[in-house]
Amino acid sequence: MTDDPTPEGIPAPEGAADLIDTDYAIGQDNIEGQVGPFGFDIHNPVFMISGLSIMAFVFYALALPEQAEAVFGWLRPALTSTFDWFFLGAANIFVVFCLVLIVLPVGSVRLGGRDAKPDYSYIGWFAMLFAAGMGIGLMFFGVLEPVYHMAISEPLGVPSPIAEDGSIIPENVEAAKRMGLAATIYHWGLHPWAIYAVVALALALFTYNKGLPLTIRSAFYPLLGERVWGWWGHIIDTLAVFATLFGLATSLGFGAQQANAGLEHVFGIPVNISVQVFLITAITAVALISVLRGLDGGVKVLSEINMGVAALLLVFVLLAGPTLTILNDFVAGIVAYGKDLPALSNPIGREDTGYMQGWTSFYWAWWISWSPFVGMFIARVSRGRTVREFIICVLLIPSLVCVLWMAVFGGTAIDQVLSNPDASSVKAQVIDSYNPPMSLFAMLEGLPLSAITSVIGIVLVIVFFVTSSDSGSLVIDTITAGGKIDAPGPQRVFWCTFEGAVAIVLLIGGGLGALQAMVISTGLPFTVVLLAMCFAIFRGLQSER
Amino acid sequence: MFTQILAPVDLAHIDRLGRALDVAADLARHYGIPVCYAAVTTPQPGTVAHSPEEFDAKLQAFAADQAERHGHKATAKTVISHDPSVDLDHALREARQEVGADLVVMASHLPNVGDYVWPSHGGKLALHAHASIFLVRDHED
Repeated sequence: MTDDPTPEGIPAPEGAADLIDTDYAIGQDNIEGQVGPFGFDIHNPVFMISGLSIMAFVFYALALPEQAEAVFGWLRPALTSTFDWFFLGAANIFVVFCLVLIVLPVGSVRLGGRDAKPDYSYIGWFAMLFAAGMGIGLMFFGVLEPVYHMAISEPLGVPSPIAEDGSIIPENVEAAKRMGLAATIYHWGLHPWAIYAVVALALALFTYNKGLPLTIRSAFYPLLGERVWGWWGHIIDTLAVFATLFGLATSLGFGAQQANAGLEHVFGIPVNISVQVFLITAITAVALISVLRGLDGGVKVLSEINMGVAALLLVFVLLAGPTLTILNDFVAGIVAYGKDLPALSNPIGREDTGYMQGWTSFYWAWWISWSPFVGMFIARVSRGRTVREFIICVLLIPSLVCVLWMAVFGGTAIDQVLSNPDASSVKAQVIDSYNPPMSLFAMLEGLPLSAITSVIGIVLVIVFFVTSSDSGSLVIDTITAGGKIDAPGPQRVFWCTFEGAVAIVLLIGGGLGALQAMVISTGLPFTVVLLAMCFAIFRGLQSER
Repeated sequence: MFTQILAPVDLAHIDRLGRALDVAADLARHYGIPVCYAAVTTPQPGTVAHSPEEFDAKLQAFAADQAERHGHKATAKTVISHDPSVDLDHALREARQEVGADLVVMASHLPNVGDYVWPSHGGKLALHAHASIFLVRDHED
């Protein structure tokens, strides 16, 4: 019987060459033990600091709601308007960086080593990264954004086709339609996916090829060296947990409000806190089942079901809506996006500040604060892909799907608004009054079988939240376990439940808006973090060649 | 009586498996049959190894060491799981079938109330596997 599980003289694996030579052993700072009958295995500084500071912020938002609202209410617009140039400029750098990686020779480096085989099929892989990345957003903004940009926000100064008295101005219609789609695609296309791709690639490279733990700090090894295992790393990981949990909790809270609006529209169920608390509890319960069934048996299965149902809804709207116009919009949307991209992504000297600061800058801060979660989840399921394949699939294909989605949902909605404005529910819910949760259902109302498709819409919204909640719990659990994938199951139950509890407490006590603003404020330091990651990726890939 | 033993091991906690490893070796010598040491790892770096290949090399070395110490034939089986916290039981069942083991010898903790929510891996294997399962406690009350 041996007490030494790591005999000397074992050669480094041939597949994963160029491991980083560090004395740090994964899990060395972890604490293992029992709470009653349940085991735990946690990275103590990160777990404790994250948990306690989250509770402290929730307490602050509840105890001093007016002060919190004032502070964070100021912080959000201050950040997105003061640093708009920084967010836009950085996002452009991420896109260019990813596109360059596709064509450079380092694109042939395989994540996991030369001989690694992909862990997941294309369909399973794509469904998971898409469901975690932005599935829920497409449900809510697919109708709202194209219509809003077409009629109200006037990106790049393109005038609205709807006059103040509600009449249509024919000469403005074509340009505004194109801009509505292009301005929306800009927010859901290359830029957000480049942000995710940078984080995911950094983590995948330093985990699978360099042998470091799957946690955010590992990407900083080229910059910080061994210091990354100390307080620098603790701060980076804690910030990631913080942004992920509050991002999920606030989304869950707002999502419950939105699903409640849909239920009222379809079934007449009243909009109140009790219904929303019930929805959060139900979403959390299903997410718990999903995380307990694991990555393959729960998260992947739900993601695939979700993608299938979303595809069916997409096909239905395409066929039931103005099909030829939609297909036209799809092509016109891509052309307009390509043509207007330089102007839309220009970070300085803009006059359309309403669009640029109110929407673009806000989106970039949100995607960036969301990126540790989505990036880490994408990294976890992307072993075995080459860098080139990874970038193409994470950057280009989701962008194309988003273009199609926006063309179908947004194109149909815009057509409803412009062809018969007086009878259009979309116009009533988006232009006449700003009621985002209702925008999808308003568009479906203008199509046949709306009673059925609205129910499908509600189900999709709820299940997309489940897929965000379960994958988020896995990510937080891994970070707070020091990068260990095989930490005891009760820990992921803890994080999933904690996330639901934070959402419920903030929903009842108020403070969701304040905490969402705080999540967005983490976008600023993370932008610097992501820029550093680009450098780390480049250094890491160079040594792989 | 038996033709092949499967001995699931956790390379990160070998110190807790002493009795189970001794029992597996004793039974192997008694019946003159080989032991396959099986362990589950992830595609990601973990406590034991940086990669599945390195993990497999360590498991092979461990099996060879056991064979030399106890004088029985030994092989090793590495199972890669995307989510071992949840998929471990399933991975072990598949490993048993692939190896063709008709006797599994593994360590298991003393039962407690937590088993009603998260049953022990040995208990789950005994519930589902079409083979004899010998669960060895580290100690008895």
